[in-house]
Order: sequence, then C-alpha cells, then structure tokens
Amino acid sequence: MTLQDSDIDKVKPEEKQYSFLNLGPTHPATHGIFQNVLKMDGEIIVDAQPTIGYIHRAFEKLAERRPFYQITPITDRLNYCSAPINNIGWHMTVEKLIKAEIPKRVQYLRVIVMELARITDHLICNAVIGVDTGALTGFVYLFQQRELVYEIYEEICGARLTTNIGRIGGFERDFSPKAWDKIHQFLREFPKVLKEFENLLKRNRIFMDRTIGCGGITAERALQYSFTGVNLRAAGVDYDVRVAQPYSSYQDFEFSIPVGINGDVYDRFMVRQEEMWQSLSIIEQAIKNLPEGPYHAEIPDFYLPPKEEVYNNMEALIYQFKIVMGETDVPKGEVYHCVEGGNGELGFYLVSDGGRTPFRLHFRRPCYIFYQAYPEIIRGSMLSDAILTMSSMNVIAGELDA
Amino acid sequence: MFSTEEEKIISVLRTQYDDQVLLTEKLYDFLTITLKADKIIEVITLLRDHPDTQFKFLTTLCGIHFPDLGQIAVMYQLHNMHNGMRIRLKVYLPQEMPVVPTLTTVFPGANWMERETYDFYGVVFEGHPDLRRILNVEEMIIFPLRKEYPLEDQTREDKADEMFGR
Repeated sequence: MTLQDSDIDKVKPEEKQYSFLNLGPTHPATHGIFQNVLKMDGEIIVDAQPTIGYIHRAFEKLAERRPFYQITPITDRLNYCSAPINNIGWHMTVEKLIKAEIPKRVQYLRVIVMELARITDHLICNAVIGVDTGALTGFVYLFQQRELVYEIYEEICGARLTTNIGRIGGFERDFSPKAWDKIHQFLREFPKVLKEFENLLKRNRIFMDRTIGCGGITAERALQYSFTGVNLRAAGVDYDVRVAQPYSSYQDFEFSIPVGINGDVYDRFMVRQEEMWQSLSIIEQAIKNLPEGPYHAEIPDFYLPPKEEVYNNMEALIYQFKIVMGETDVPKGEVYHCVEGGNGELGFYLVSDGGRTPFRLHFRRPCYIFYQAYPEIIRGSMLSDAILTMSSMNVIAGELDA
Repeated sequence: MFSTEEEKIISVLRTQYDDQVLLTEKLYDFLTITLKADKIIEVITLLRDHPDTQFKFLTTLCGIHFPDLGQIAVMYQLHNMHNGMRIRLKVYLPQEMPVVPTLTTVFPGANWMERETYDFYGVVFEGHPDLRRILNVEEMIIFPLRKEYPLEDQTREDKADEMFGR
C-alpha cells in the first residue's frame, strides 16, 4: 500500500516527528562557545534552546576583590574584538566617580583609539558574515587590515588583543611618532581596502539574495528586548550613545548615525559598513583638531607618577606606594557610565562604599541582553540562516558569559 | 537639587503611588528612587506608559547584596530615549527570602537579566516563565555573588600558600 497525499494531511501536528540537533558548544560555524539545541522539522527550525555560560569567569565577583586599576584587564576580556572601548569605558566610569577633570587632548586621543577599535570590531563581524555566506576572500583580506590596527595598539600600549590600554586619568605615555606614522599609514591604506570589500559584497546578487529578509526583527520588538547598538540601528532606531549622551568630547565631531529599515542581516551589514566610514572621518577630524596639552589628568591619587621621580622624590614614592597597595580613598556613591561599544551600549554600574575595591560592579553587556531574542529571530528559518543570523548579530562569547 | 524634569517624574509617582515611594535622591547624574517591593511592576508600568515619563526601555537590572542590612536590593534602570532621561529604581528584599514579581510581563528583555539575578543572588522572580540558573551550573547550591561566599573556595588545600596567605 502506498501512502497517498491525502494521508499526509491527516497526520495531526502533535504526531509529527521532530528531530533534535545539537548545534555547538564547539562548532566551527558558531564562532565561539554557544550551544543551541534546535528542534527541527526537516531543515526548518521550530524552536531553539540556547545554553550559555561555558566560559563564565565570574568577573563581577572578581571585581569585588580588586583595586580599581586592576579591573581594567578584566574588561579586556568582555568584548575582546574591541577591547580598548571597554578599557576606556571603565576608566571613564572611575573618573566619573572621583570627579576627575580630563584634559581635552586625552579625550581626543581616546576618541582615536576607540574609533580604531570600532573599526576592527565591525571589520571582523562583516568579514565573518561574508565567510558564512561563502565568501572567504574578504575575510582573509580584511584580517591584514586588522593586523595594522593591532600594530597601532602595540605602539601605544604594548599589547595587541587584550590591550589594557591607558590608565585612570589618561594614557601611560604620549603617542610615539611611530604610532602616529602607523595611524596615518592606516588612514591612507584602509579606505581602498574597505571600498574593495564593499564592492565585493554590497551589490552582489548572491550575497543580497542570501541576506535580505534573513534574521530580521522589528524596531518595536527590538526595543522590547532592550537591543542596542548596530542591531537596534539596523531595525531603524537611531539610538547611539555617542550622540545621545556624548562622552569623551564626541560632541565636537561631525558624524552621522546610519540606520537600516528591516533589521535583517543585510541591514546590519550595511550599517556596520557605513559606521566604519564614519569612524574613519572621526579619526581624521580628531587628528586635525588635536589640542596640545598633557596626556594625562592631574590626579596624583590615582595616576602613577613617572618612575624616575619615584626613585628621587619622596612625595612621588608615597603616591606610588599608595596606588599600588590600593590605599587611596574613593568617594562613596553609585555611578553608571555607558559607552557605545562594538555591539551596543556597554554600561558599568559601580557601587562604591569608599573601600579600595568596588562594593558591587555590574557590567551591562549588550550581547547578553540581545542574544536572548535569538530563538525568536531564528524560529521558522533554515538552519543555514540561523548561523548567518548569529554571526551578523555580533555575539561575542566573552561578553555573553562575563 | 532636582531638575524640573526630575521633579515631573517624582510628581507622577507621588500622585499615583505615594505610599510606595520610600526615598528619592540624586546620585551623581542619576535620579534614584527607592520603592516598596510589592507594587514595583505597577510602578514600572506607570513609568512606561505615562506621557510625562515614557520610560520605554529597560537598560539593565541587577542585584546588590548588603550583608549589614541583611537585605538584597534589586536595581532596575530605565531609559527614556526621547529626551535621554535615565532613572534608577531600587527595591530592598530580605536576604532570607528575596521574592519580587517578574518584570517579563512588561519588558520581555528582562527574562535573562532576572535569570542572572536569580543565579547569583537567589532572588525569586514570581511568575517568571523559566527561572533557572543561566551562567553557573545547575548543580550549584550557593548563590555566588552574595557577600558571605568568598572569591575562592576556602576549603581547597591544593593552593595553600603559607607565605602570603590567600
């Protein structure tokens, strides 16, 4: 007896058999340690159950035992694709707590570093979208450019990936002539490469067919899920912390906030692409209008004195000792400071009881908050679209699990 | 002390839920309001829907443990994207039995934030659709961010250090 078409219609939905697919935790296509148990109907995803926490490192607990300056390396390991933004965001939080006056030059230098970090973050994400749609060329090509930015970090602070850049109050040293050379070289060479990458994918028929209408979310739903950053802007909401609450002199710069319409993978790609052009223009403006002045604030209670003075000057020695031993008094209070990170509003909520360590430090990690909408976004789509959606949302495992 | 916009927010709260407001203060650039726990969801719904406040965006939510008071605070931070106002709401719960109604009915994004708070502080959010541990393992029996638990397991002997202590 053969099965008729009419027999298939008689099958009740609850008798339908689903298969379960374990995507992750270590799957090359998820670009990090994410596990999703997918309930599949053929190749259509019916439901997804994400499990996170595979690289949870208890940062919030660790921070309660560390003096303020020792928390900077922890923030590196949140969104490690744009570590300098996290570092500087943390410095600014402490500066807000101690009400430090930051010189204009430091603010401009910070803007340069943060915009370079934003470029690397978006660069990786867009290149990975290319990889997941089958275009490996752009990825390999753009990684060379990321290397140039990492060399700039290296000239500024000595580290590359987990930068630990700057200090509370400014930078540990002024940018060296070699660092400036590398920044100028990057500004000369990068636009050509970025343009070439854009030409490769922007109006590419295959890429557009693959990404338009894939992994979309409406603006209303995105706001309900507390989306921020590129994912929110791609859905059409022009919220950017740099404009909404300017920090570090962002109000001095002329730049626009690109927004998308559908909130799908293609819109996210295009918003990131445009933001990279805007970041380049911000860096150029910062270099052009860079004020003269010191590279750190005058806060001897928090900013380490120069080493030669420590050996020859009693006062500097005392300050050095007090800072390293974590014996500086801080005011009691509660501070929230947020910066526009690579993938959204990165916030630091710091409760200080006047002790040498924070009483409580809470990181508002943007991708922890928007990743919870992932099952809803991929429901009803194909498995290959789910992978593309995850890479386009820029979910970073380190930030997700804290 | 308060700006006119902050006065407006406080007066909206005072007219409807005067008995719920325990303390209004300004901490750095933030209006912080301490409330009673039982009607917190109604208060947040009012702040979201009232035309004078329009706090339609939940920025973050977290717990804070105060061992001296014997209380756990839950902090809600709301954001009005139209005029850039932000507000912080706090409720204090007894540490033996921290129970507060869930915010997921108002903001779906509160789901994982509440799970995280449960995971680290043991705050039970009544009515939450899926209140399980999220970052720690299911088998864990403590709530690790509470102050009574030290950073490292003090019973470990493999890392004993006589010279500098732990």
